[in-house]
This record gives sequence, structure tokens and C-alpha cells, in this order.
Amino acid sequence: MIDTSVTGGAVPKPPSKSLGAWLLDVLIWGGVAVVLIYSIGDVDLGNLSRLVTNSDNVRTFAAGLLQPDFTNWRLFVEQMWLTIQIALWGTFLAVILAVPMGLAAARNIAPIWVVTPVRWVMNLLRSVPDLVMALLFIVAVGLGPLAGVLAITLNTTGVLAKLFSEAVESIDKGPVEGVRATGASGLHEIVWGVVPQVAPLWTSFALYRFESNSRSATVLGLIGAGGIGQVLFDSMNAFDYNSVSTIVIIVVVAVTLIDMLSQAMRKRLL
Amino acid sequence: MSSSAAATAAPGSLATSLVLARDVSKTFGQRKALDGVSVSVACGEMVALIGPSGSGKSTLLRSITGLQSIDGGKGTISVFGQTVQSNGRVAGTVRATRSRLGMIFQQFNLVGRLSLFSNVMLGALGRLPGWRGALGLWPSADKTRAMQALHRVGVSDYAAQRANTLSGGQQQRGAIARALVQGAEAILADEPVASLDPVSARKVMELLVELNKRDGLGVIVTLHQVDYAIRYCDRVVALKAGKVVYDGPSTGLDTARLIDIYGPEFEDAFWETKA
Repeated sequence: MIDTSVTGGAVPKPPSKSLGAWLLDVLIWGGVAVVLIYSIGDVDLGNLSRLVTNSDNVRTFAAGLLQPDFTNWRLFVEQMWLTIQIALWGTFLAVILAVPMGLAAARNIAPIWVVTPVRWVMNLLRSVPDLVMALLFIVAVGLGPLAGVLAITLNTTGVLAKLFSEAVESIDKGPVEGVRATGASGLHEIVWGVVPQVAPLWTSFALYRFESNSRSATVLGLIGAGGIGQVLFDSMNAFDYNSVSTIVIIVVVAVTLIDMLSQAMRKRLL
Repeated sequence: MSSSAAATAAPGSLATSLVLARDVSKTFGQRKALDGVSVSVACGEMVALIGPSGSGKSTLLRSITGLQSIDGGKGTISVFGQTVQSNGRVAGTVRATRSRLGMIFQQFNLVGRLSLFSNVMLGALGRLPGWRGALGLWPSADKTRAMQALHRVGVSDYAAQRANTLSGGQQQRGAIARALVQGAEAILADEPVASLDPVSARKVMELLVELNKRDGLGVIVTLHQVDYAIRYCDRVVALKAGKVVYDGPSTGLDTARLIDIYGPEFEDAFWETKA
């Protein structure tokens, strides 16, 4: 027993969850459960048993995968390199566009009448999936890597601009005020007060996006935007599972290498 | 604008006036941080602003540099005869005025990831063409100046180090060096020693006194510790709840007056000599 006589007055009760908060919990989790149960039929969950009953198809596929055919490896590596180049250019262009957008979308830097429309554009860019963007660009510039680069650029610009602006919004305003107090202009405040504070975070975000873009560039190839994905799609359609196996191995190795490289770089930065 | 300021210039003419604040009010929500404050400081004076926390010291200092706008109405602030604020609007010429004032903050406000040298170099921004400053193409004369300033305040050994690796006292002296590179004609210091240990605090205060006496820089410094104000400053302006309650020589501050300013617990502000 703790002696409370020195403080005087009654000891208040420990805090407890209010009825409203409790009801809200029930509503949220109960709602999630209802939606899950309701969706069982719509997502065809009843056909899970086909995994086993269709075992013949799976066996052919697995047999092909277990015997990778390396005769065309030179082409596959070339195409993988092209995919990485698509991701690299897409990310690079996105960073160039996202820096001014990220600054313009930060509430502590830009006036509200700039922030609101820029955020609206950012949301639009992010809400259109890069697959849809790629389809649009294939119509505009034709089949090939350029459509992939442009799709990745637009989608990544939306994502990076949002991340960049959030980094800017969380800076310490003291150093910015310190720069302002010397009689510096608005541009100087950004270059010397804001950018040094956000630079490591911005670089880290950009590297992370490059990682994930090298994965999405593979997928974009499936719809004709060039690179290893296109070769993968062609081999799949030709039931050439031995080549598919080789391609998958090359993709996994390449993406893992990029992940490791960019993680090592980000570790050095932070 | 400047004619009305000249009319109320109490000590000295317009040319020798550092700060002229007339009828300045600032409201944050419901609270009046400044309530009709009028203060004038001549060039070359060393003035302490004291008062309990929330009395409006920092608000007054930040209003003088235009980092904060004051309430609309008849309140005006001018610095070196140039209007900084009137009718609740910060003047368009404020950048030119700021470049003549060196501002020192409690949290130093150096850019942590830049080297101490780069931070001090930023003092030259107000004088350089915009693009040169933005690209960091500092003229070599300014670089020399920066090293001289760092040497003067005694931290030139740490020039290449990142600012956030330095101690509070070193950072605060770096901030003063930045004001020197700026070619500031006066220094406004907002609680410059509040985050420092007593030894560093004394060094910083002595540096400010030296800049005032030897270089003739005007100094306006807000302080928590009354004994620092009495020891280092000739004149003290005391604020209480946004109003000026004392403005005179620091020798005129006796116990009765301090109790009036700080309330009966004023000894808390006197921690150093009691300890």
C-alpha cells in the first residue's frame, strides 16, 4: 500500500475504456469479419481444392521449372538489363519531378493555394496503377521500353512527391529560421535550411523506389512495355516452361542484387 | 512612416536609433503576448530583456526581426530607421534589415548536417546575388572572413565538423560567428544561454559584452537569469504579462522591484549567485 496521505485528496480511479470506444472497436472488427465472410463466394475460395485435383497441370509446369533451359541466357540477361534500365530512367525522371512537387506540397513551405492543387495532382498520379499508365503510353508512343519508362515516371512521381513532402513537413524549423534571420531569400532558405535536413531521407526514399520499380518494370513487360517481362510472357504462352524457369531465376537474382545494393547504400546514408 | 517614428524617438536621433518599437501588441488566440509595448534602443547599447516565461520577451525580439508579425493597428517597429512592421504587416524591405541584424537563438538554429564552416558562410547570403548563394559559390574574401569570425569566437578548430556533432556552447559561438560574417551592426539574442552549462553560458555572455564594448555592436538579449542581466548589461527592460514594467539601469533593480516582476518566487531566477 502506498501512503497517499502526504498528497491529500482522494486517489482518482485508473483510466478505463469508455463505452463509445468499446462500441467503436466492436463495429470496426465486426465489420471486417462480416466483409471477409461475405466475400468467400465472390473470390472463389470454394475452389481451393483444385490445387490438388489439377495436379497434372501443376506436374508438367513443375517438371519444366525444375529443368531450366539456359541456351538463350544471353538474350534473357540482355532483357533483364533493359528492365533495370527502364526502372533506372523511370526513377531518375520521377525524382527530378518529385523534388519541386514535394516542396510545393509541403504545408510548412508553400502557401495553401499551391499545396492543395499540387496534392490533388499527386493523388491522381498515385491512384492510377502503373499498369494502366503503361497501357495509355503504349497507345501514345507504341510498344516498347519508352512506354514503361513513362509509366514508371508518372506513378513514382506521385509516390515520391508525397514522401518528399512529408519529410519536408517534419523538419525542424529552427535552422530555417536561422537562415532566414541572416537576410536570406526564400530560395536560400530551401537550399540551405530545408534540403540539408531532408537529403538523407529523400535519397533513401528514391533508392527504395528504384528497388520496387525494378520489380514493377518486370511486370510492365508482360503487357508489352519491353524488357524481361515481355520475354517471360512469350515463353509462358509458348508453354516453354524450361525457359520460364531460367527467366524467373535471372529475375530473382537480379532483383535480390539490386535490393542488397540499395540497402547497403541506404545504410551508409542514415 | 519613418517621420512618425522620428517624432517619438526619445533618446538620440533617428540615425543613431537601433530599435524603435511603438505601441506594439501581439495576440495569440485569446492571450496577449505583447500589450502596447513601446521601447527604444540606441545603437551601441547593451540591453537585457527580462521577465517571467510567457511575459513576451521572445515575442518582442522576434517581432523586431520580422520573424513574427504583430497585431494590426497603430503598432510600428522600425530598425535603423527602416520600418520593419506597421499595421500588422511585415515590410517588403525586411530582408535588407535582417541582414544588418544578427539573430542568436536559444536552440542555436544551425543547420545540423552542414559543417560549422558552411553554417557560418550562410551569414554571407544576404549580401550575395541569389544564384551564387543558392549554389554555395562563396567568394574567397567571404571564406577568409568566415574563418576569421570562427577564430574570433574561439571555435575555428571545429570548422570542418558537422554542426550537430558540437557541444551547445560551441554551436552557440558558431551562431555568433555567423552573425559576424553577416556584418551585423547589432545582435539580437533570444535566450542565448538558456540551454548552456554555466561555464559555456559565461563565455557566450562575455563574448557578447566584448562585441558590444570593442566593436560597438548593439546587443539586445533576453535572459532568464536576472543575475546575468545585472552583471553583463547596463540597461534592463522588464516585461510582465506583455507590458513594460521596468526600463532603466540594471543597478536600479532591487529586491522589491524583482518581486514585483517575478512574484514572490523570484529567487528561482537568481539561482546562480545563491548556489
